[in-house]
Amino acid sequence: MSDDAPDAAATAAPVTMVPSHVRLTYTVTAGRHLSSYLRALADRRIVGGRCPVCTKVYLPARGACPTCGVPADQPVEVADRGTVTTFCVIRIPFEAAPFPPPYVAVAILLDGADMPIFHLVRGIAPEEARMGMRVQARWVADDQLGPTLASIRWFELSGEPDAAYETYANHL
Amino acid sequence: MRDVAIIAFAQLPAVRRDTEREEVELVQPVVTAALAQAGLDRRDVGFTISGSCDYLLGRPFSFVAALDAVAPWPPIAESHVEMDGAWALYEAWARLQCGDVDTALIYAYGKSSLGELPDVLVQQLDPYYLAPLGADAISLAALQARALLDSGRADERRLAAVAARSRRAAAANPCAQRRSRREVDELLAEPYLVAPLRKHDCPPISDGACAVVLAAGDVARRLVPRPAWIRGIDHRIEPHQLGHRDLTRSPSTAEAAARAGAGPDAAPFDLVELHAPFSHQELILRDALGLPTDDGTADGIDDGDGGDGPAINPSGGALAANPMMVAGLTRLGEAAARLMAGDGRRALAHATSGPCLQQNLVCVLETDGGAP
Repeated sequence: MSDDAPDAAATAAPVTMVPSHVRLTYTVTAGRHLSSYLRALADRRIVGGRCPVCTKVYLPARGACPTCGVPADQPVEVADRGTVTTFCVIRIPFEAAPFPPPYVAVAILLDGADMPIFHLVRGIAPEEARMGMRVQARWVADDQLGPTLASIRWFELSGEPDAAYETYANHL
Repeated sequence: MRDVAIIAFAQLPAVRRDTEREEVELVQPVVTAALAQAGLDRRDVGFTISGSCDYLLGRPFSFVAALDAVAPWPPIAESHVEMDGAWALYEAWARLQCGDVDTALIYAYGKSSLGELPDVLVQQLDPYYLAPLGADAISLAALQARALLDSGRADERRLAAVAARSRRAAAANPCAQRRSRREVDELLAEPYLVAPLRKHDCPPISDGACAVVLAAGDVARRLVPRPAWIRGIDHRIEPHQLGHRDLTRSPSTAEAAARAGAGPDAAPFDLVELHAPFSHQELILRDALGLPTDDGTADGIDDGDGGDGPAINPSGGALAANPMMVAGLTRLGEAAARLMAGDGRRALAHATSGPCLQQNLVCVLETDGGAP
């Protein structure tokens, strides 16, 4: 290259982007413990697993109790009603939102369980949402039941008085 | 250096597709079995570390879900590598050198079956030059095999002999996946998968898990009668860009071996566990480790058929079962388990990672009285 020839690398426009599309497809395994929970939902039942060591009832059942390390797999059917341990109000619309905002998402400690599950509460104004509310599952019609938490459409107030804080303080 | 030993090893039988169990359900039984062998409770473990890969499972932070198996509450001292569990063992060994804890639990798990493994492995390549080509792991290994054949240092019969020996050994290993005996001529009559590789030259796709317990000094001696002491351990890496490497050689293995005390002048080994997912890679590794590829027998491949060399891959190796992120740690565990059972006193164990033997770990194990 002669001294006065322009350096092509120095004058060319920089490459700032390389499109590189990645698409990977997976077939996920729910596993024995989660499957037992999902199958029960198709049967209009909520089944967790008790740890044989610390006796806590996990919902869903777990391949290992995080405190004891053994499978929490002794089947325990819990109630389809329980106590709201915490909540938030969704006010931002997004594509997968189940309802137009605002609506209320909650953690519910079902009667007989030691771990809350997450679900939605309908039938109350967002400003009425509070810890300790007693709620009851509203299931889908029989022909719509399946191995999914969507078998429960949402929870509604059960009509019972609010639970005292002490009754769920250890399950937050 | 502090004396550290492998004192327990447990593994699940590898299977092509485990549709029953999710990750924590794979890990919980091997962790329980390894700790039981070591006579330890989960609460006794000083340091816990795992090896796994989110790309295999298709979701981020997947190792967190598997943690329940080690009872992480109340909080424990825990770490993770997005690598084969052999590298988790290396970190645990280094951690025990600090001297404040005496035991470590290492586990690895891989469900290679959830995605399309060849497509998943493309993602370990550089994103600009190689990944866009969709260069899958078998095709890259075939390029390496072709280069080795063209170098004149191997032929297809030697590759088939490695595969045949793997299957003979695996027949005695209940945790191996590919266990049917096949003779060399039979294997050579099969069509190519990706030339010059045939199916038997390539690893099976496997789901599995394993766990190892390490202990230091007198704690190891107290817990088990024959600890498998780690006399040396090292790992080295080569350039990411395949074009920058001589694919027919493994200088990173040679360097790691020299630093681990398995260099050319090292005392002989009773057994060797090599993590060679492809048949030709065993020959490249043996070359790098100074392990003769010609033991004087007809096929030139030592299989305990009268040759003088050490037993190579008595477990069957990665050609017999290859759960990703697990197969490397399994080599260390298999070698240690044989020493602890009295089948030899000195072993070399190797693990690899990345395409075409990019990164390599070498570990020298001995039981007491094993040093000549």
